[in-house]
Amino acid sequence: MAQTYIGAPIRREEDRRFLTGQGQFVDDVKLPNMLHAAILRSPHPHARILSIDATAALEMDGVAGVITFQDIKDTVVPRPIPIRMRTYVGIERFLQYPLAEDKVRYVGEPVALVVAETRYLAEDALDGVEVSYDPLPPVVNVWQSMQEDSLLFEEHGTNLAYEFASSIGDVDQAFREADYTHKEEFRCHRHTANPLETRGLVASYASGRQELTVWGETKVPHFNRGVLASLLQMPEHRIHFIEPDVGGGFGVRGEFYPENFLVPFAAIKLGRPVKWIEDRLEHLISANHSREHVCELEVAAKKDGTILGMRTKIYGALGGYVRTHGASVPVSTAAMLTGPYLIPNYEWDVKCLLTNKVGMGTFSAPGRYESCFFRERMLDMMAEDLKIDPTQLRLKNLIPPTAMPYELGRTRPEDYSLTYDSGDYPAVLKKALEVIDYENLKLTGGQYKDGRFHGVGVASFVKSTGTGTPYEGARVVVTGPDQVAVYLGISTLGQGHETVMAQICADGLGVPMEYVAVYHGDTDLMPFGGGTFASRGTTLAGNAVYGAAQRLREKILRISAGYLDVDPNDVEFAQGHVYRKTPSSGEPELDLNQVLELAGPASKYNQGEMGLESTHYFHSSQECYPCGAHAVHLAVDPETGQIEILKYAIAEDVGHVINPLLLTGQVVGAAAQGVGATILEELVYDDEGQPLAGSFMDYLLPTSLDIPAFDVAILDLAPSPINPLGVKGAGEIGIVATGAALSNAVSNALGVQVTELPLSPNKIKELLGRKTQA
Amino acid sequence: MKPAKFEYFAPTSLAEALELLHEHGDDAKVLAGGQSLMPMINMRLARPKVVADINRIPDLDYISPTPDGGLAIGALTRQRSVEKSTDVKARIPVLAAAMPSIGHFQIRNRGTVGGSISHADPSAELPALCFALDGEFVLSSASNQRVLKPVDFFISHLTTALEPGELLTEIRLPARALAPSEEWRWGFQEVCRRQGDFAMVGAVSLLKLDGGGICQSACITMFGVAGTPVRIRRAEEALLGSRVNGSVLQDVSRIVSEELDPDSDIHASSAYRKEIGGVIARRTLEAAIDRRNGDETA
Ligand SMILES: Cc1cc2nc3c(=O)[nH]c(=O)nc-3n(C[C@H](O)[C@H](O)[C@H](O)COP(=O)(O)OP(=O)(O)OC[C@H]3O[C@@H](n4cnc5c(N)ncnc54)[C@H](O)[C@@H]3O)c2cc1C
Repeated sequence: MAQTYIGAPIRREEDRRFLTGQGQFVDDVKLPNMLHAAILRSPHPHARILSIDATAALEMDGVAGVITFQDIKDTVVPRPIPIRMRTYVGIERFLQYPLAEDKVRYVGEPVALVVAETRYLAEDALDGVEVSYDPLPPVVNVWQSMQEDSLLFEEHGTNLAYEFASSIGDVDQAFREADYTHKEEFRCHRHTANPLETRGLVASYASGRQELTVWGETKVPHFNRGVLASLLQMPEHRIHFIEPDVGGGFGVRGEFYPENFLVPFAAIKLGRPVKWIEDRLEHLISANHSREHVCELEVAAKKDGTILGMRTKIYGALGGYVRTHGASVPVSTAAMLTGPYLIPNYEWDVKCLLTNKVGMGTFSAPGRYESCFFRERMLDMMAEDLKIDPTQLRLKNLIPPTAMPYELGRTRPEDYSLTYDSGDYPAVLKKALEVIDYENLKLTGGQYKDGRFHGVGVASFVKSTGTGTPYEGARVVVTGPDQVAVYLGISTLGQGHETVMAQICADGLGVPMEYVAVYHGDTDLMPFGGGTFASRGTTLAGNAVYGAAQRLREKILRISAGYLDVDPNDVEFAQGHVYRKTPSSGEPELDLNQVLELAGPASKYNQGEMGLESTHYFHSSQECYPCGAHAVHLAVDPETGQIEILKYAIAEDVGHVINPLLLTGQVVGAAAQGVGATILEELVYDDEGQPLAGSFMDYLLPTSLDIPAFDVAILDLAPSPINPLGVKGAGEIGIVATGAALSNAVSNALGVQVTELPLSPNKIKELLGRKTQA
Repeated sequence: MKPAKFEYFAPTSLAEALELLHEHGDDAKVLAGGQSLMPMINMRLARPKVVADINRIPDLDYISPTPDGGLAIGALTRQRSVEKSTDVKARIPVLAAAMPSIGHFQIRNRGTVGGSISHADPSAELPALCFALDGEFVLSSASNQRVLKPVDFFISHLTTALEPGELLTEIRLPARALAPSEEWRWGFQEVCRRQGDFAMVGAVSLLKLDGGGICQSACITMFGVAGTPVRIRRAEEALLGSRVNGSVLQDVSRIVSEELDPDSDIHASSAYRKEIGGVIARRTLEAAIDRRNGDETA
């Protein structure tokens, strides 16, 4: 009778509908009388708007309306799109309005919304909106930004949106005592997530009831509903957000963007439903970009490789505006730069700088991918200088399990200390080394075989997961015979929440999993919801479901015991049936349907609480920290600079595993994304601030042919002590160490030092060229 | 990403198509496999007033052996058909071997031989192969038919000698096989960022050696390095009359690099293309020599 769904490799419930074409995505929402929107975007990285004239567009075939800043001004000013997380003093001066007012600050910035009978006609009419611009000198990198010859916001007199400098321990002392110091400048390249399904919204306004419904809001619908209510100045309860199926998020999709205001605004203004589906060209120049940082890093160590301290200056290229993530990506880059190592003395200075490019937001493992690359590269350089095997250097410095929980210190501007909850970091690294057979493989590092140099690279990481908003809620309701509905406050972006939450509910409650249906993605289901980011789905919502299910199970036992006239401790509930414990006949006393009737409003056994339902909010303001290590073996063709990954091992510990099949899928998917990002992807701009990677011809995503097979070892050594399920976030961890491990392996193969990404053949040839010259 | 308005025609015979193209001249674009044209129309990089879909014309899809041992290929023949054709494999094995480098099989199922040649992307494989093989293109119009050599057909980046009203109808290629009667050895290579991409640099080499291993004929064609495919005559001359060995190949590699003057783009700098051009030219020649000595599929 034991329930064993938690921990079982159960296939995704969602797969059937996705794989048979029965998913319902936002573009599948088709309403009668619906109009289509297209957005006129700035062709200039930095320019003053002298005039906008939409007369010609308004006269064009099928055009229902054109919206410019003048039309939204009275509604939105003085409320630009706010920061969702972690707002710091001063930074709010640089927020973005849904349409450009008198200045544009990146190529792709919305200048006007054109609404017409079809998307075709709307795009035609973009030509009919005449905008006259006076171009200004563009700011294309952090150094130019700091020179401040050209200011994005003249009225504020600076391009520095935010700075956070502080330290833990005594860094000067560490550097004084050091036998060895090394300083290096690293660059992480601008790239971003490209979900298969681009962004999209449909808005419909019922003017009589004054109710607005929006399809396509995802990730953080409750927060976004609040923002929209505030911008439109209407009560939140009159706004309904519905999330259809979603084809991937990865941080980029679902934030409150200009379009999230413009589309509903147009629907209200024009009195007809409006649809906007982002195309890929728009995605690459309007959805959040990420990752672009320069990092000056300095390390102090003893001869034997013991790290004494680190100092860093991080320059984050925030783009033309501060978006919903505020400064959180550069801040996170610094906050966890020391990673899984015992580095008690650490000093940082993070500068968040405006540049004439798309605003910065999160992409899976924001700041962690970057800082892992910076730090792990530095460790390999150190190992080489000190003539220590790089894995031995890591094992020497990893935080030992005996030091857990480990208080890192206050490395964020917020007034709390980061504390690693649990983890056996050395064991996880050793596992990765075992999987890839490091002891034998390390001999091939730097060797030339069959025309290629072989290299081995290793990287360790730890990642904060599971907070952002310190709660998540769930409601579990028995709705009929054999029917249990789970309502979630979180949204889903395709990870498999419907399966995982059903497993948790089934075990928490004591019913077969087939009973359970999971509902999410409608702001009317639950009054609160933090959202789906920071790998918080299972850690927070999973524990909320578990809590709600267990409470409901207790209620079932109470009501059954009342009816059977026994002590509640003498009954148990499993597989949807109530059994008597002593004497146990093995035959059920009641089924779920009978208990539901007993709990009904007309029943005398309901004990004053109608129905079988329970709502539970799981609170946690503490993060939980999964950890892992990547080890890769690759070969580089020194003549062409091309890389082939021969073996890729990943060992990760995310605490207790709810579903190993889905977990492995998440890890492999994220690692594949990281391999592509590290080798292929880059949002290139020219010196004039024009984006050059405007389509998938130039923004190179990996295909299955470019991705190696990953050997994934999932460990369960260190369950999280801070939540009942013992879980840690798992969605983003697979990507963290990809840049680090691959660049370490390339450096090892060629005897060069990679300091910037991506690892394009061109860049690798340049590194080799410099080596030959030296 | 929706096209601007255009008129669509689907002629069902060659005569009808040529009449249509004659009537609309510059305003018309031919639609073959659509693998290049549709993205351009959708991104509004091309805004033709008229689209003439030639997919319903019955007699443009064929691979016919010619009496001289070569092949005549209808313009509408899918790239995948060329890849799979036993005639192609037997008569022009380098063509068969190079086909899988064009995009992915899904693309080749639709993309046509004539479309790729007419599109004239400087990084595309088929134009370079036709160039290397010194084939012939048959251009038909309502009033005329003419035959052009690749050197005269390819003018620059995405620009050909096709006049408004003209349709490329046939591609004629000579035999370049390993059959006992033929002495041709060949090599094909390209360097891409990803499998299936257009080449950053590509090379096709054809060699004829006499019994003593002395080079009697050589053709080295590079693509992705200029507005059209280019033959590297100076490198070919260095091969002619010599025994092709390591030091000759090093020379050839150096000459190819010297001769190239490629542009930079976001995938590779000019310097990269220049250097790698020499490397892969050498590799195609090495492959050509190895291929004759042993395994045909090497
Ligand atoms: C993802 C992807 C990857 C690709 N990778 C490669 C690659 O690696 N290498 C490569 O070479 N190609 C690649 N292609 C392009 C592909 O090979 C195209 O099929 C080819 O370039 C055009 O052929 P088409 O039949 O599709 O022509 P269309 O797209 O229909 O037409 C292309 C152009 O040629 C004109 N045209 C077509 N047929 C004729 C004719 N008979 N007479 C006169 N004009 C004509 C059209 O008017 C149009 O201007 C790729 C395409 C995609 C989508």
